[in-house]
Amino acid sequence: MSFLELKKITKVYPNGTKAINETSLNIEHGEFMVFVGPSGCGKSTLLRMIAGLEDITEGEIDLDGKTINKIDPSERDVAMVFQNYALYPHMNVYKNLSYGLKNRGESKEKINNKVKEVAELLEIKEYLQRKPAQLSGGQRQRVAMGRAIVRNPKVFLFDEPLSNLDAKLRGQVRIEIKKLQQSMNVTSVFVTHDQVEAMTLGDRLAVINNGVIEQLGTPIEVYEKPASKFVGEFIGSPQMNFVNGTIKNNIFESKSFKLNIDSKINSANVVLGFRAEDLNLNEEGDISLTIDIIEKLGSDSIIYGKDKAGESICYKENGNTKLNIGEIINISLDVSKIHLFDEKTGKRLN
Amino acid sequence: MNNKTVQFLSHIILILGVLLMVVPIWIAFASSTHENVTILKEGMQWGLGDQLVRNYNEVLNQKGGFSQEITATRMFINSFIMAFGIASVKVIISSMSAYAIVYFRFKLAVPLFWLIFITLLVPLEVRILPSYQVVSDLNLTNSYTGLILPLVASATATFFFRQFYKSVPDELLEAAKLDGANSWKFFIDFLVPLSKTMIAAMFIFMFVYGYSQYLWPLIMTSDEKYWTVVMGMKIIFQESYEGGNLPRVAERFAFIILSMIPPILVVVFLQRWFIKGLIQTEK
Repeated sequence: MSFLELKKITKVYPNGTKAINETSLNIEHGEFMVFVGPSGCGKSTLLRMIAGLEDITEGEIDLDGKTINKIDPSERDVAMVFQNYALYPHMNVYKNLSYGLKNRGESKEKINNKVKEVAELLEIKEYLQRKPAQLSGGQRQRVAMGRAIVRNPKVFLFDEPLSNLDAKLRGQVRIEIKKLQQSMNVTSVFVTHDQVEAMTLGDRLAVINNGVIEQLGTPIEVYEKPASKFVGEFIGSPQMNFVNGTIKNNIFESKSFKLNIDSKINSANVVLGFRAEDLNLNEEGDISLTIDIIEKLGSDSIIYGKDKAGESICYKENGNTKLNIGEIINISLDVSKIHLFDEKTGKRLN
Repeated sequence: MNNKTVQFLSHIILILGVLLMVVPIWIAFASSTHENVTILKEGMQWGLGDQLVRNYNEVLNQKGGFSQEITATRMFINSFIMAFGIASVKVIISSMSAYAIVYFRFKLAVPLFWLIFITLLVPLEVRILPSYQVVSDLNLTNSYTGLILPLVASATATFFFRQFYKSVPDELLEAAKLDGANSWKFFIDFLVPLSKTMIAAMFIFMFVYGYSQYLWPLIMTSDEKYWTVVMGMKIIFQESYEGGNLPRVAERFAFIILSMIPPILVVVFLQRWFIKGLIQTEK
């Protein structure tokens, strides 16, 4: 039995919208699970149901062997870090951290020790007497984390906690969260729409779309073997290239190029997916590309172009490219790294 | 026009505005320091007279009314009790009803809110007879409860509190829930401290509103013990005029000046919060 189990969870809002549809998921003790998906996919709703902030229409959530559907949020032993931190604006940092403990009826001394300990861990000791408005974004983030840690919860829930930080700080805090989670070994669920956060933080990812989990797996599994066209599109930057075509006798044929592939599929209509980094410049390459736009990122360059049939294809080259806009190049595709999806259902075929 | 002229002109306008407000008060004050005869013969006075102490002493300590039992001091105490009672109960009731309307999603919340809101269209003066009937049926005439109770429901304050609560982010409530705050604790530990500037602003409004009530105390109180300043100032020195004596104009002016002091004090002391409450929220 897993530590946190979601069993066929369904959420229907009063207005009839189905946010989550019969979703089941097991999370092990100490695991870092990331829910990732586009906005409105239901990932936050799922998290809030675990927290108890959202009623569960159908299904059951078990935490540590106990069904928590009907248990009050404060008694579920979960702690949540909110997107905008939701610090208590009228209380200083000390009170922000201690409020939950006080409500639990802990002794003053115990609260004091606990708060001091957490403040030290997060290096916010100097700010204990300040109010949230007097703190910087990063410091607020720490306080929000502290408020979760201080309660010693069984599960940490993170609802896009990094999206209010600037890019540089986001990277730092991301690493800190990962370190903290590893050292404390607390089961965590992290919601994000940012695939970099998802890939770097998660032990496993649940890619969610339209209220269902499209794929569940380690970040590398999800990246290398996306279970559907949606997952392939959503994970990875630049976005995966997709070309519609047909397969016959081990030959993929699109409007503009043919490709020999060794597959047992003999389906008529497929979508061929391939990542920008699996393409190589090659005089004899099958795909010819007219370059539209070049993005030079320093470490590598991303080249956007159109093939003969006008399909957009993007190709990634290490370092600073010497190619120019308007140039026509030939590229070849690493056939071992292609993804084939059913054109209708979007499901993976190979 | 250059900057200086603009500044000069705006100062002129502002100064005119100040004069418009202050001059009548000054005339009332100056007149209150003269003898009655002087005012009756020469009209209102611009300069100070020599009767300041005598007139004010007279106003505060002389017994007046039909039964010669009520003093102005007593009326001040009554007014204060009434205004303070109305203001504090109003703030408590309207903040709590706004809390119910905003945070408890019961079916009738919206219609109920509008029902409360509609009462704005029905001021006390319109419903004064039924209100009197109710209070008199409850045997509350000639009592502080009777003075205060019919005036404590406030659509305005409920509306302001509602708007404020609506602007409090939902996450705050959710975080508090996870921290084990029940609905009562959320109100006391969060909404009240967050809205304290708002509470101060409302308190001032309502205090001044309560203090300046005229018609209700006039109808409510047959016992002079419960006379309030605003209603009483018309009556208290009336008898001497009817007795053929000189009208006691100077004392009346003195009374008017005195009657302005309590609301001014409330505003002065709470002003810092009051302004904060109107222009910003502590979030």
